[in-house]
Amino acid sequence: MKREGKIQVWQDYQKEIADNHYFYVRSCIRQNFFPGAEQTFLRILRSELGKDIYENAHHTSCSGIAYHADIVPFDTIQTIVARQFALMTEAGYQNLAVSCITSFGIYNEIIETWKEFPSELEKIRNFLRKATGREFEVPQNVAHASDIVYKFREDIAIRKKYSLTNQQTGKPLKIVEHIGCHYSKMFPAKGIGGAEFPNVLVGMIESWGGEVIDYPERRHCCGFGFRQYLVMSNRGYSVSNSKKKFESMEPYQPDAILCNCPGCPMFLDRWQYVIEEMEGKTYGQNGQGIPVLTYEEMAGLVLGYNPWDMGMQMHQTNVEPLLDKMGIEYDPDLKYAGNDGKIIGKLSL
Amino acid sequence: MELHQELAKDIRLAEGLKSCMNCGICTAICPAAEFYDYDPRMIAGIVQSKDEIRIEELLKSDVIWYCGECMSCKTRCPRGNTPGLIIMALRSLSQELGFFAESEKGRQQLAIKRVVGENIAYRGYCVLPENLVPELHPELGPVGEWIYENKTKVYERVGANYNGEGVGALRKIPQESLDEIKQIFELTGGFERFDQIEHFSKQKAEEMGFTEGGDNYSDYINHIYTTNNNKHSRP
Repeated sequence: MKREGKIQVWQDYQKEIADNHYFYVRSCIRQNFFPGAEQTFLRILRSELGKDIYENAHHTSCSGIAYHADIVPFDTIQTIVARQFALMTEAGYQNLAVSCITSFGIYNEIIETWKEFPSELEKIRNFLRKATGREFEVPQNVAHASDIVYKFREDIAIRKKYSLTNQQTGKPLKIVEHIGCHYSKMFPAKGIGGAEFPNVLVGMIESWGGEVIDYPERRHCCGFGFRQYLVMSNRGYSVSNSKKKFESMEPYQPDAILCNCPGCPMFLDRWQYVIEEMEGKTYGQNGQGIPVLTYEEMAGLVLGYNPWDMGMQMHQTNVEPLLDKMGIEYDPDLKYAGNDGKIIGKLSL
Repeated sequence: MELHQELAKDIRLAEGLKSCMNCGICTAICPAAEFYDYDPRMIAGIVQSKDEIRIEELLKSDVIWYCGECMSCKTRCPRGNTPGLIIMALRSLSQELGFFAESEKGRQQLAIKRVVGENIAYRGYCVLPENLVPELHPELGPVGEWIYENKTKVYERVGANYNGEGVGALRKIPQESLDEIKQIFELTGGFERFDQIEHFSKQKAEEMGFTEGGDNYSDYINHIYTTNNNKHSRP
């Protein structure tokens, strides 16, 4: 195939990501489990990259978890999403920056539904008008927050204080990447690299000095499954799917797992603890777990941010093995300290 | 009422089922089929057949509640179907008709409605730190317990604005916005769905011998949240 033809083919796997002026919508899962990751994202965009990213106190969860647990009807979630768009329109923004992968999938599903069924769009405009008096424009650009970090990965690399390199051996760290299912499995054209060659995390890892590790179950779901985790008696589904991934990646001895979905790092982090408690099995080196990071945390580490400022003490699987390999200085005595420098609560860790 | 016609009113069925040739790729890729006695190929086949008896059996069964809605099936189907969307249409109809209360997995909808549903309708979040009670979430481990016991200080340390005014993670959603969300639920059928779940669950709870007492069926909620007859996996 001629080079022009190849370029044409690969254009289908590329994605336009807005350069600036974002309206940020938060993730309810990330806010609960890794709120420091969202703060780190905003810090990088504003302080390092000088970008305009706006937050509005009035936006809510998109209701995606309730929708995918089937207790919220499609009309309801469409109208809640339309309200988010109205807040964005009223604030004068056109580029949506989405923290959550479930929400990212929801926004794409709804916008595509409106394109295919214009009567749905009109119905939802009427619902929103009656419920709130608001009007809205559909965003010109919808990017997941990891798309934006990907776009500026080289700008981050220029500013890096630490590299994804083992400081003792000088070799690149071996990183496993896990893409949230709703990033591009439903609408491949909405993700960088589509569903077949998702490059959003690969690009970050390679730009920051690491090596991406392929393994058989790389694209398997983490096992969230919405109702399969929300209800206690269903959680066997969730841990079993995570375990399938751990068993598959173990022979490649990864130094870390990198995720772009808010839920996946929570499950891949906590289920390692559960499997250790249930079976005495660990998947990392020296009897430890494999550290699981959000892309915001990894970017922050590369930029030299304090891991405890970013909330990495909220991980159940310790991140210190990765920090030590990267040569990052941190104060272990302050890991569980509050803003006043005193240890928070009673530790049984 | 023809069930297949009711299903056809759901726009997600139009999107999710174009023409299934029963090749089984969806089953091969499905995380639920990996561990549950579940076969999305069969779901697509039954709905496509318009066989009213088998559709009713599906709507009353555990089977439609096994899917995790990861939508991995969407990527792989050579005909552009999405069994995950078919499942969403089936689950909606099952709740509308009260059939969900006939299966162990279906009955769990009440527990999800009481927590996640009421969170989003009245607090503006699907999940809240107050929900992560260690006894109900032992998988969150000692760190989860530490966070739960020290919410204010831990969230403050990592830059969140827990229950605070203004912007930031875990902020309190302003009342005027919560009023708008409630109005959206009222107009779009969100509260109607909640009422259906409560109504049919109450009937089933009483049929099963649970009593409301003074606590709105907390014994039934505990039962559906924790019960597993261990007959859901592949033999």
